[in-house]
Amino acid sequence: MLRHVAGKLGGAVAGVAAVVVLGFFLFRMIPGDPTVTMTRGRQVDEAQIAELRALHGYDRPIVEQFGKYVGGLLRGDMGTSLFYRRTVAELIGERVGPTLLLVGTSTLIAVTLGLWLGIRGAWRRDSLFDRTSTGVALLGWAMPAFWLGMLLSMVTGDLFPSGGMRFSSTPPGFWPQALDVAHHMVLPSLTLIAVVYAQYQLVMRSSLLEEMNADYLTTARAKGLRDDQVRRRHAVPNALLPTVTLVFLHIGLVVTGAITVETVYSWPGLGLLTYEALAGPDLPLLQGTFVVLAGSVIVMNVLADLLYQVLDPRVRAS
Amino acid sequence: MVGAAALVVVPLAPPVQAQQPVTLRVAIVQQIDSLNPFLAAYQASTEVGRLMYDYLTAYDAKDQRPVEGVAKSWEKSADNLTWTFTVPDGKKWSDGQPVTARDVAFTYNLMMTDPDAATANGSFVAGFESVVAPDDRTVVIKTTAPRASMLALDVPIVPEHVWKGVGKIADFKNDTAPVSSGPFVLSEYRANEFIKMKANKDYWRGAPKYDELHFVYYKTVDAAVQALGKGELDLVNRMGPAQFDSLKGKSDITLNKAQGRRFNELVLNSGAATKTGEPIGDGHPALKDVKVRQAVAKAIDLDAIIARVNGGYAERGTGLIPPVFPDYHLTPAKAWPFDPAAANTDLDQAGYPRGSDGTRVGPDGRPLKFRLLGHASRAYDEQAGEYVKSSLAEIGIAVDVQIVADTLLDEYSVAGKFDLVFSGWGTNPDPDFILSLHTCGARPASPSASGTTDTFFCDPTYDELYAKQGAELDQAKRSELVKQMQQRFYDQVPAVVLGYDSALEAHRNDTFASFTIQPDPGGVIMAQNGAWGYYGAVPAAAASGSSGPSGLLIGGIVVVVLLVGGGVWLLAKRRGATAGDRE
Repeated sequence: MLRHVAGKLGGAVAGVAAVVVLGFFLFRMIPGDPTVTMTRGRQVDEAQIAELRALHGYDRPIVEQFGKYVGGLLRGDMGTSLFYRRTVAELIGERVGPTLLLVGTSTLIAVTLGLWLGIRGAWRRDSLFDRTSTGVALLGWAMPAFWLGMLLSMVTGDLFPSGGMRFSSTPPGFWPQALDVAHHMVLPSLTLIAVVYAQYQLVMRSSLLEEMNADYLTTARAKGLRDDQVRRRHAVPNALLPTVTLVFLHIGLVVTGAITVETVYSWPGLGLLTYEALAGPDLPLLQGTFVVLAGSVIVMNVLADLLYQVLDPRVRAS
Repeated sequence: MVGAAALVVVPLAPPVQAQQPVTLRVAIVQQIDSLNPFLAAYQASTEVGRLMYDYLTAYDAKDQRPVEGVAKSWEKSADNLTWTFTVPDGKKWSDGQPVTARDVAFTYNLMMTDPDAATANGSFVAGFESVVAPDDRTVVIKTTAPRASMLALDVPIVPEHVWKGVGKIADFKNDTAPVSSGPFVLSEYRANEFIKMKANKDYWRGAPKYDELHFVYYKTVDAAVQALGKGELDLVNRMGPAQFDSLKGKSDITLNKAQGRRFNELVLNSGAATKTGEPIGDGHPALKDVKVRQAVAKAIDLDAIIARVNGGYAERGTGLIPPVFPDYHLTPAKAWPFDPAAANTDLDQAGYPRGSDGTRVGPDGRPLKFRLLGHASRAYDEQAGEYVKSSLAEIGIAVDVQIVADTLLDEYSVAGKFDLVFSGWGTNPDPDFILSLHTCGARPASPSASGTTDTFFCDPTYDELYAKQGAELDQAKRSELVKQMQQRFYDQVPAVVLGYDSALEAHRNDTFASFTIQPDPGGVIMAQNGAWGYYGAVPAAAASGSSGPSGLLIGGIVVVVLLVGGGVWLLAKRRGATAGDRE
């Protein structure tokens, strides 16, 4: 057991190391001079550009730059953004909150909704409910998030704010602020939920369908259990495993945010920061967001692995 | 559950405040890089900076001539090397301390001694020999050479008593309760959300006519335009033609089509080279021939591009300085006519006969096939690219339009690896910088370095005029020199200036009745050379500080209903389930 956990953790560390290396060299293949990015739109002369390049070490051999970068990372220093001239950690820190709030809430609702619909649909396979709910889910899944976002925004008229996380004129107290944020969050969450819940529903539905004819369900019924109990206590726990993997994989991606939804609703999150960093290219910021995003996926994968053993004794035994 | 719902409902009816502050809400779409005036370089940041800090001199709202800023009056010595500015009594920092000449000297000296402080505006003090304040009212600036742009020093003046204790300038954010002197003071900054400012009631020009100014961050202009329609915003700029047209005919919105400071150009690779003249890149040799470049200028239909691509919201291009600066804008003695027939004749005579496929062939036997690079981020480039392509096809020149990522385009253009490329610049009231981009000295020092030029233009006549205008302190004479330079540029065609974009703005007229525009007439509200637009805004008579958008209450109720509904449903469900289990 312990060996297993240690193995998983070792693998995760190796994964993060690979991400660091990849992130550094991959982004250096993006065309464009970072110092030109820094000075774009400003009145600078060539000497100033050369000075900046020297200051940030871009004139040094790439191996030396890499060594410096890794050294910084080990000390917890992800570098300083070229564009904002602030530390990458600070920039990511201030954006991660809104993203976790929006994408976290939406994922939670989407998972609950998807699992519930999936279970219901599988249990009454091919019923009107099953066919309708699957159809609706697929429709949502097929819709581009930005399009659905703009559509929702237009259809709802003045009911919800057109963007941002709060009005600048909202009084500072906790309740007015919380209510205002909730109000601003309705449309972006709805969009996100509509677009992603289908995957949970379909995976749950199909894995439950596979269990439907299992002998242990017949046994359970023979014991005289009600249909509801057979479903909740016997079938669902067994069918839950593939869904757990999917949920955790997706939670890892929660930090990535949802670039399109964040853009449509001007949500001050992390997804757009990544995009801005890429457009620069703002190398330190790009590396920082890459490490954080990839790192969170790896961590969530490890968690999913560990949770498997709690959920399923068979995995523990092997 | 019911109790929880009540908790949520109560704050929904906020105590009606007797006097809500009258607030101007403005969209910002561009990033804020920093609020530290020594670091802030992006337009949105300097715009906020102008509201917080006065410059040494300001630009008049009407005609953009230098007027009182921190200094009220100035004079220069006979040799044009020493400038003496007088800072009058009575101006105050927001903490009550007087604004003095020593603050001015401190600011400039900090930039001259601390490289971090020179980050954003270092070029303004580059030619300074010394700046001293012999007393609280007088600043004396000595320059190493005569300088024409001494009344265009766009440097926010900061309070010495605050900034001398700052420590490392590069690490100072200046975003919590900074001490400032402008018409507005910063009250709250939330990165990526909003910037809140309060009117400075003690401002020396007089207090603004309303209480608060909020800049609200939107990621797209589309979202901002929508918010304007819903009444969540009062003022929006940077609109595209389609967005601007979509607001036409709405009675509560006033549109402002203003003369802009930006131009779009088509750069022709007339021979990319380093400072020392070493050729770089792989530009088409035929473009080194001025006759070919002139033929291109004659073949492009500027009016068609403006009508179709700019939606009519632009003016025909001539020189590097837009008509919004009439002192320097060039009206060429003889403008290139749109005349493909004449261009064809010129090329026939210049020794570029048409080949069998209709494409002309140069004296070296190379067909006239040009690559045209455009920015993937700009819709303009793709559309205008098609116009250029079909126009040049008329005169037997084949064009391959390549729309590429901005970073890639930058890489190609600094290395001279292009034939034609779209470019564009924003201009300042002082023409020095935009003119300097096309001097020989703006070319890169070595093939691997990056210069500041986009044309690689290097012309002794132009450079000679450039040096003269920089040292010419007589306004009329300098205007004349600047126009001569642009005429030279226009005749040599290292680039074709396609058009000067209009600045498209809109504001709600039920909340704000009017704004001060710059210049007047025809000018902008936002992105001015100053802060007149915000400072001079007049609230509408009916505007009594609305308590926020009307949708707030309805939306809030919807949220509560959803929460309560969900709760009740879950409760019912649970009760049903337990009842079932009990059976």
